[in-house]
Amino acid sequence: MSERPGFARDVLTVLWKEWKELPLNAGDRGLVKGPLGILIVIGVFGVMLPLQAGRAWVDSPMALLVWGWVPILLVSNVVAQAFAGERERHTLETLLATRLSDRAILVGKVAASALYGWSVTIICLLLGLVSINVAHWDGRLLLYSPLTWVGAGILVPLVALLAANLGVLVSLRAGTVRQAQQTLGIVSMVIVFGLGYGVQVLPPSVRQVLASAVAGSATTVVVAAGALMAVANVLVLLIAMARFQRTRLILD
Amino acid sequence: MDWAIRTEGLTRHFGAIRAVDGLSLQVPRGCVFGFLGPNGSGKTTTLRLLLGLLDPTDGRAEVLGYDTRTQAGEIRARVGALLEHNGLYERLTAEDNLEFYGRIYRLSPEQRGERMEQLLTHLDLWERRRELVGDWSRGMKQKLAIARTLLHAPPLVFLDEPTAGLDPVASAALRDDIAGMARREGATVFLTTHNLPEAEKLCDLVGVIRQGRLLAVGSPGELRARASHPTLIVRGRGLEAGAEALRSRPEVADVALADGEMIVRLADDMEAAPLVSLLVSTGAQVEEVRKDTASLEDVFLALVQEVAE
Repeated sequence: MSERPGFARDVLTVLWKEWKELPLNAGDRGLVKGPLGILIVIGVFGVMLPLQAGRAWVDSPMALLVWGWVPILLVSNVVAQAFAGERERHTLETLLATRLSDRAILVGKVAASALYGWSVTIICLLLGLVSINVAHWDGRLLLYSPLTWVGAGILVPLVALLAANLGVLVSLRAGTVRQAQQTLGIVSMVIVFGLGYGVQVLPPSVRQVLASAVAGSATTVVVAAGALMAVANVLVLLIAMARFQRTRLILD
Repeated sequence: MDWAIRTEGLTRHFGAIRAVDGLSLQVPRGCVFGFLGPNGSGKTTTLRLLLGLLDPTDGRAEVLGYDTRTQAGEIRARVGALLEHNGLYERLTAEDNLEFYGRIYRLSPEQRGERMEQLLTHLDLWERRRELVGDWSRGMKQKLAIARTLLHAPPLVFLDEPTAGLDPVASAALRDDIAGMARREGATVFLTTHNLPEAEKLCDLVGVIRQGRLLAVGSPGELRARASHPTLIVRGRGLEAGAEALRSRPEVADVALADGEMIVRLADDMEAAPLVSLLVSTGAQVEEVRKDTASLEDVFLALVQEVAE
């Protein structure tokens, strides 16, 4: 047997298998099954919505919200399969009976979902730019604002990673994929509405400080949000590692 | 003796249920060991304990010299396991399934290719390696799962009910494959089953488990001899006079006559020739004599019945 750095190689092995199954997982529970589901997402966010929105697609700072939400949509569609899918299809125990370490399995599954969410979002982002330029060409290249580029560079991978970490954590204990998807949907709603409501209940003075910070330097806000998300990612991954117990996974 | 598996008082409780109860067992390297027991007798739990997937409540187990509680990773790196479910990714091709497990066990691309061809050719699956496993018959899937189990040439293989749910023809073919593979690969095989004819054909050693307790261990022949008295079945004419003569012999436990046959239960495993001579001397015309021992199934049922009582 050949010798190469162990952990990274094991993570890549899990990632390789997950990527083989990802196109199938992407449309597994929806109306559109298989890789066609991914193509439809790319068509909607890379062509249809940019054409509907027009120039605002590249000009508006609100575009950043779309690019923050797309990876969540993509990842939550596939990550529920991570463990619940293996459990449902009776492949989990055989996988756990191999030499792979707990961490390699966990990190490989998180990485596969996060990479999928990140890469498809970037494809949509770039395709959107092409669509806008083709539809609204006036001799000058239209580009996203610097804020969108910074956001896409920092927030999209971190959002995808956080969605993947949360999804894997939920999937670890879910009996079925459907149960994992439902729990994940509830968790996402709690986070989104919680953030919205949280801002509403802040004292007016604090809200004013936040508003002026956003207006003053949106880039700083993006970087700060990125830092918070990085911390959240580490915390959720640590929780998932602590909850990854082969005995419980088998007996559950 | 070089043991592949050694357990001492291995015990696992699930609440009030003792799934495995004080199991002490030794399996020598290189043998095919059959672990027999009815459904729910603790076979699968034992297998999970030996793979280090469950921790024992009490006792200890060593697999290939590694402690299951503290060195489970070492064990899992060295064994192959076909568990209750075949564990195949049905939406992937056969080739991708083996590729994944080959990568897990860190076989080089050349080794993966060679082993895949070797194993799939032996199992008549090579030509179909690019098909989705989900489209295959149950028998083909089990064969592929066995190929996956043997891919990294492990010195010890666990097979949990490998022929369960297969039709008799597919079972027989798979049994031949397992026997052939075990011989070719020189691996120790730990096989759980409740298919007794299968165990009788495949196994060098068998252990019988019931309600988590090991009832007996030995070769199928030893168990048969240990659990029942051999029987002579004699066919012919004029046997009635001989029956009385045989009953007077101390080595004969019982004699019965029915439908032109005499059934002689022997007290121990003695030679049949002196008894046949005695019969002939009483005027009996003997046409056929057959010495019968209990099948493994009879032994198993007797052991299980004993515990139930």
